[in-house]
Formats: sequence, structure tokens, C-alpha cells
Amino acid sequence: MSNLLDVKGLNVTFPTVDGEVRASVDLNFELNRGETLAIVGESGSGKSVSSLAIMGLHNRAQTLISGEVILHGSKGSTELISASEETVRGLRGKEMAMIFQDPMSSLHPYYSIGAQISEAWAIHNDGSKRDGMKRAIQMLDLVEIPSAAKRAHEFPHQFSGGMRQRAMIAMALVNNPSLLIADEPTTALDVTVQAQVLQLLQNMQKEFNMGVILITHDLGVVAEFADRVNVMYAGKIVETAGVEDLYYRSMHPYTIGLLRSIPRVDQIDNHRLDAIKGAPPSLINLPIACSFAPRCEYSSLVPGGLCNQSQPELEQKEAEHFARCFLPAERIAEVRS
Amino acid sequence: MSTPILEIKDLKKYFPISGGAFGKSKGAVKAVDGVDITVMPGETVGLVGESGCGKTTVGRTVMKLYEPTSGQIFFDGEEITNLRGRAMKPIRSKMQMIFQDPYSSLNPRHTVGRIISSSFEIHGINPVGGTKIAVQELLERVGLNPEHINRFPHEFSGGQRQRIGIARALALRPKLIVADEPVSALDVSIQAQVVNLLDDLQQEFGLSYLFVAHDLSVVQHIADRVVAMYLGKVMEEAPTAQLFAHPRHPYTKALLSAVPIPDPRVERSRERIILKGDLTSPANPPAGCVFSTRCWKATDLCHQVAPLPLELTPGHRVACHFPE
Repeated sequence: MSNLLDVKGLNVTFPTVDGEVRASVDLNFELNRGETLAIVGESGSGKSVSSLAIMGLHNRAQTLISGEVILHGSKGSTELISASEETVRGLRGKEMAMIFQDPMSSLHPYYSIGAQISEAWAIHNDGSKRDGMKRAIQMLDLVEIPSAAKRAHEFPHQFSGGMRQRAMIAMALVNNPSLLIADEPTTALDVTVQAQVLQLLQNMQKEFNMGVILITHDLGVVAEFADRVNVMYAGKIVETAGVEDLYYRSMHPYTIGLLRSIPRVDQIDNHRLDAIKGAPPSLINLPIACSFAPRCEYSSLVPGGLCNQSQPELEQKEAEHFARCFLPAERIAEVRS
Repeated sequence: MSTPILEIKDLKKYFPISGGAFGKSKGAVKAVDGVDITVMPGETVGLVGESGCGKTTVGRTVMKLYEPTSGQIFFDGEEITNLRGRAMKPIRSKMQMIFQDPYSSLNPRHTVGRIISSSFEIHGINPVGGTKIAVQELLERVGLNPEHINRFPHEFSGGQRQRIGIARALALRPKLIVADEPVSALDVSIQAQVVNLLDDLQQEFGLSYLFVAHDLSVVQHIADRVVAMYLGKVMEEAPTAQLFAHPRHPYTKALLSAVPIPDPRVERSRERIILKGDLTSPANPPAGCVFSTRCWKATDLCHQVAPLPLELTPGHRVACHFPE
């Protein structure tokens, strides 16, 4: 596996009249080819915002971005944050692509599905309209749209939700990107259709050897699909680990709480759910302290009220396993069991 | 046996499709097509299925927000199918609804106090100790600060707004609450809080719930019995533990197998049934069994004859020619 993406110290800030909203703070992670990194978090945790910044899709006038994002594409490495708009535009849709939660609002209602896919192709390739349409039909076929040659001439409203998401995937993959960011790709879909789309994504990833960043709030989807996981809370990565380590040896109280609070279809339970108390903090003028401390069951185990006085660093707890918590690994293992 | 709090018999709700010549209807969307559901006092019945299966329409028809096309609805032994307006009002105070979207189900220009107390006003009730005290007690009961009575909905988070919706539903001390996807708009860490609240309130007030949801894991937790719908018809009904452990209808089986389990080793080693295609349009349901177009077991019989629900074991009804 070779390195595809390096994110170093990425900050995304929105200045507002009430103060700065620090939507994502000091993000560091990397992604290899063929690998799936899941980014898990609740609304407002910064998971979507940071991906939009990587893709250069943020509103430049209203967003402050610092840090480095290096994409190791097929034609050398590029630092995306400092790169010109033109450079990023040359990479977007070719080396890196993105699919969104709501396929209805990310497809143009006025153009046929085939025309939209062929446009995505034509931006980065020389060829006639006919070549583009041919390529679009080929892609629709690949994402298992039945009678693709006919359906390519249909419009988004004639497609069902699942088919629209397949069409979005076809469009994202039309130029064989090496990086795919999938932002809640199946959240709007029914579970039976979600299963189809996730399987398709997995097959496509193998076929193109893509690195995939999967943004989701669904820990079931993560368990199924991810190799590694970043858990985000209040704009920061609070835990990062391989998928099995994260689920079976969670090292951050937030992750532990999340996993405990969700009921499962394969286990019948009658007890009360172990809910995490409270709600996520507002991102405006966050105090210098652990953002999770007010909701944390274990902050009393840390001596001297440290959790409310200073910000824990993302520290190594085990091999390849980092968490932003003052509690040492042994103590966390105790409270987890 | 005691009287069911809610009994629905052969309920049908068709929505006409307009646009034919001279404004005549071109047909009908059979959103609910012959559904029987019983909810006993203190029981939670989960109504599950994918979007477009008719589960929300069942909930709304029960509340008489829609007029049923045919069939019967009994509330606490009394038939309410044809009750309207003033005759329905005393019933409404005993059955309340919680909606999915806490952002659009609260009037943004009214304070929380006014939103909750409007229930008292409409039904001409003067609570003991005054309206304000009653509202504050309700706020406290659902886990909100009673001092926030003069705040507006936008000052609350999604989870808190859902609590306001619950307080409003509770104000008249109903017997039945129809909850339509009450937690699906909430963040994962907030969902569990609201589910626990609903659990507690049920214990405290002896409530019955008709819990409409697509999230099977939440339904597994909260429901005593589960009804699975597909294209306006009930496919399977069983006590929760039985339905989740031994689904007998191919649709229920596929639906359960499609829900990802938050446990990597379990999730990656389980067998998954991937259904072909999407939900068929309820405007044009297939002949025979409505699920036959996506079912891997379907035979000629299924394409021609709709199976009737059969009670295979006590309390476990399945509408399938070839149950598992």
C-alpha cells in the first residue's frame, strides 16, 4: 500500500460576529491507496467541513484554512491548501472525487444523467460528445444500472434514490480517481438499498484501488466497511485506530459511550440504554479544556480536575492507536470492561 | 383479556392520483391496503418498513389526520373511524402524536410555554395549580429546565426540541402516543437519551406507543411487538424477540440482514441478503404478493396470488406462501 493523502495540522475556521467557529482543529491523518478511512462524528463535529476543505469546495471568502493537505496523485504530489484554484480544479474530479448524502440535490434536474456524467468526463479528457456518452453508459453499466444505454438519457427525477446514488458514484469514478470522499453516502437510503450501494462502493474500491474516506455517523456502516477510523468530537479527532482496535479496545470515553448507547438488531435487550448525558458543545469560543469533559463519566478519575483546565493531546495509547484523553491506557481498559 | 387501546381492522387509505381528463383521478396510490394492528394498554408496537411502505400513513390515519378509505379504527373499544371535528376532540386528548422533525413541528414564533399550554387551551382544561406550573412540571419531567418556559424553539438543540414535542404530547395525559420516527433526526448520542425518556414515561404514565420507525435497532430496543410493512401491507407481525431472532417472512429476513451491526467481526462474518431493485411504486403494485418482484423465493404462485396472513405460531403472523 502506498501513501495517497497526508493531512497535516488542518484547521478550518469560520469567523462570525459572535466569534470564531473552529469547525476543525489540528487534523492529522493519512490515507493509503486501497484503504478505507472512516470519519465518525455527530453533526457539527467537523467531519464534513474538513473533507470539503480537502476537496477545495469550501467557500473561500468565509473560511479560514491553515495546514497542509498533500495528495500523492498519479502525476506527483500536490499541496492542496496553498495550490491555485486552477491546480485544484485540474485535480478535482480527476484525481479526487466526492459523493454526497443527497443525490437529488447534487444532480442537476435539467440535464440527463448521461449528459452529466459525460460532462464530468469531458472536463478532463479530449473527445467528442459521443465519446463522452459512450463512457457514461459504460460507467452506468459498471454501477449496475439496468439497461444503461436507455437510462443514460433519462433525468434524475426518473431515477429512484438508490439509482441516483449509483449515478453519483458513476460520475465520481468516471476519471478513475485515486481518492474518493464519500460524505454520508447511504444516509438518505433505505437499509436494503444501503446494503446494495455499500457493496457497490466496496467493489469499485477494489477495482480502482482507490483510497476512500467514508464520512458517517453510523457505527454499523463503519464496522462493515472501514479499515481505520477517526472519531471526531467538537472539531477534533479524539480517537484514531484500526477498526477492530476501535470497537474492541476503545481508548476514548466518547467512543466507549457511543458504542454502549446504540441498540443492536442481533442482540435482544430490555435494559435501559447507556446514554451519554448532555449535548455536544457550541464551537464558538470553546474553552481550553477537554471538550468532552462536561459529558464524561470518567473525568473524576483524572486527578486535579485536569480535564477542565487543559486540552489533552492526541497521544499514543497502544500501537497504531491514539486517543485524546488524560487517562492512561490501563485505566481506560479498566473502565471499559 | 382487556380491551385493546387501539385496534385497526382492514384499514385502507388510498390517495387519488389526479391529472386525468377533466381533473378526474387516474388511479390511486394504495398507501395502506388492508392493515390490521392491535395495541394493548401499556404496550409498544413497532411499525417498521422502508420509505413508501405506508407506515407513516397508518400513524396519521389512526390520528384521523387522514380520513381512512375503508376499514375500522377502534380507540379503547370505541369506534372512531367516522368521527370528525367536535366528536373527535375528546378522543384526540387521549391520543397524541410525536413527529419526526423537531425543527418543523414546533411553531418558531411561539414560546415553549405557549406551545405546550395550547393543548390545555384547545381542550378547555385548567390544570391544578395553573397552566404555568403545569407546563413547568412537564418541562422538568422531560428533562428540560423549567425556567426556559419563555424561550423560543430556535434556542434549543434538536434533542431538546424533541423533548418539547414529547412534553406537548404528554400535556393532556394521553393513553396512546403515535410516535412517527421520533429519534431518527437526532444524533447518535442524543437518540439513546430520548429513547430512555420514552421508556421512563411509559412506565410512569402507563402509556401505549405505536412507534413508527425505519431504524430496526431502535425498534428492537423499544418495542414489545413488531409489525413489518411492505407496500401498504403487513408482511409479518410477531413479539419483538421472536421477530428479530427468527424472522419468517423473506422480506423481514432481508431487512434485518441489511442492517449493519456495530461490531466488525460479527458484521464481516454474517451472511447478507442483498435484495435486487428498489421498492416498487405503491401506485402500481405488482399482482399477487407485493414483495414477489424482489423476493428470491418467489414462484408463479407468488406472482399470481397474494398470500393471506397466517398465524404460524401464537402471536406470529406471516403473509407468505413459503415462510422460512
